[in-house]
Amino acid sequence: MNRAREASSEIRSVEDLSKLDSPVHGLSPLSKLLLTIVFIATVASFNKYDIVGLFAMILVPLLGYMISGIPVSTCFRKLKVVLPIVLLVGIVNPFLDREIMFSIGSFRVSYGIVSMVTLMLKGMYSLMASFLLVATMPIDDLCKSLRKIHMPKIIVSLLLLTYRYVSMFLDEVATMTESYSLRAPGQNGIAFRSWGSFLGQLIIRSMNKADRNYGSMILRGFNGEFYYCDRVFSKLSWLWIPILIAACVLMRIFNVPALLGSLFVR
Amino acid sequence: MHMADALLSPAVAGTMYVASAAVAGLSVYKLKKEEKLTSEPTFKRLPTMAVMSALVFAGQMINYTIPGTGSSGHICGGMLLTALLGPYAGFLSMITVLLIQCLFFADGGLMALGSNIWNMAFYGCFVGYFLIYRPIMKTKINTKIKLILASILGCVITLQMGAFSVVLETSLSGITELPFKSFVMLMQPIHLAIGLIEGLATSAVLVFVHSTSPDLIKGVDNGESKKSSLKVTIAVLLACVIVIGGGFSLLASGNPDGLEWALFGNTEYSESRTNMGLDEEDYGTSSSVADKAGSIQEKTSFLPDYAFSSDSENPLGTTVSGVVGSAIVAVIAIGICFAGGFFRKKTKKNA
Repeated sequence: MNRAREASSEIRSVEDLSKLDSPVHGLSPLSKLLLTIVFIATVASFNKYDIVGLFAMILVPLLGYMISGIPVSTCFRKLKVVLPIVLLVGIVNPFLDREIMFSIGSFRVSYGIVSMVTLMLKGMYSLMASFLLVATMPIDDLCKSLRKIHMPKIIVSLLLLTYRYVSMFLDEVATMTESYSLRAPGQNGIAFRSWGSFLGQLIIRSMNKADRNYGSMILRGFNGEFYYCDRVFSKLSWLWIPILIAACVLMRIFNVPALLGSLFVR
Repeated sequence: MHMADALLSPAVAGTMYVASAAVAGLSVYKLKKEEKLTSEPTFKRLPTMAVMSALVFAGQMINYTIPGTGSSGHICGGMLLTALLGPYAGFLSMITVLLIQCLFFADGGLMALGSNIWNMAFYGCFVGYFLIYRPIMKTKINTKIKLILASILGCVITLQMGAFSVVLETSLSGITELPFKSFVMLMQPIHLAIGLIEGLATSAVLVFVHSTSPDLIKGVDNGESKKSSLKVTIAVLLACVIVIGGGFSLLASGNPDGLEWALFGNTEYSESRTNMGLDEEDYGTSSSVADKAGSIQEKTSFLPDYAFSSDSENPLGTTVSGVVGSAIVAVIAIGICFAGGFFRKKTKKNA
């Protein structure tokens, strides 16, 4: 499939997920945003060799996925594109940090291998958390909440409008590249000669479209402020979030798996 | 160029968030000021800005053939936006592009967003506009040549700065073991190539737009019809080659030592196994958290057998209990999966 069309359908699929109804979807977007940022910061602050302590952190996003009814596999389908990038940077660690940490039988595990795995886990957790945030938060709700905390009007409106235009443009680009490739069989990408006119055409067309859009917005009474639908968010938001944040911090301070293990092993 | 969360420590990510937010605040302020001066409401430009950022977003999906290599690349868009919208509006548009990429495509982490905005939008829009684009557009050579020059120089230089920032931020976070010098040597040449390609693409687009509707491009004096002189053009191109070539070699050989010194200056207890040597234990917030953890542990003495201090030296510590504990966590995780399903069904019934 065309890359642009793929991206456009991906946006729509995420938007569909965000329209589901679950306790997680009902939480206020701001509280979810705060929790996600705290979670990612906690995950990132783990020592690069503290693989056991980090392991327990998976419980938080997992809980979110299960309550919201979004399959974890949906998130992993996204991971397959991004994880190699994280892997590529961590992959040198085993070669540069060869000091042996411990050995399982004859297999010696170096500090480098442990830090590589930790890095991968950190990347995976952060991605799981941010995907969960987006998949449970429609863009309208996000913009409304951003306005509530006095984010400048121009940034919020720009975000909303851009988001609306993106899928339209992706379709436009898909059509253009498809017709181009049909006329240039066996060619990888757009030829050097056509770079300017290709993107230039798109720009001119979009500028005109923007003018027309603006005209119709004015006719409908637009004066710089968007109106967002009035959804009532769960009052529990501000009760649940502190509990979860405290859980994150406690898991960072105490090595939970080791504590649990020491209950059973002397 | 999009950084992932796992590459950054919270301290570095937070600092970059603050820096980017400050520049965003400045941009909003400047746009408001412009609004007062021109008495044209900012929201009138909103659709254009949104369309342009959507276009940059979509433009990144188009892969261009890179001549002679058989591979292809895509544009980044900072210079393009700044030339069409100006630096302030361009910066805000780039923020929304990066935000949407981060949120909906997991391209770049949420915590790393501040760094990504700084690396890709700040240099492209501000450095690119004020130090490269505007001075070049003020010269009196042919507009077409000015546009080509400004976009190629702008893209190459700002991308080099962005790539260098990526290296710097990663090194300061101390998460990868990659030595600073080799990371720089890896990043800069690659982005030199990417910058050149992006510069060519941007210039092609700007020249096309200029030929069809010149009033769309910032800083172009439409009345001028001065013929370009071959001598001036060649001289400027030569200067570019010297700046790019010379600047790059300086960056590769000179800067790292100074920075390495700075890095080591921060670490008092570093065991310095590698060149970079910044350990997270020695760095910023983590050390105090670890210390606190130790002291809390001593006071509560929940499990006296379990020594926290030895654990921080060797995080796997009492390995067996670690393994057993991990297994328990795994069981809890599986439990959550089932409980989650149960919870969901219950809420459906309630609804």
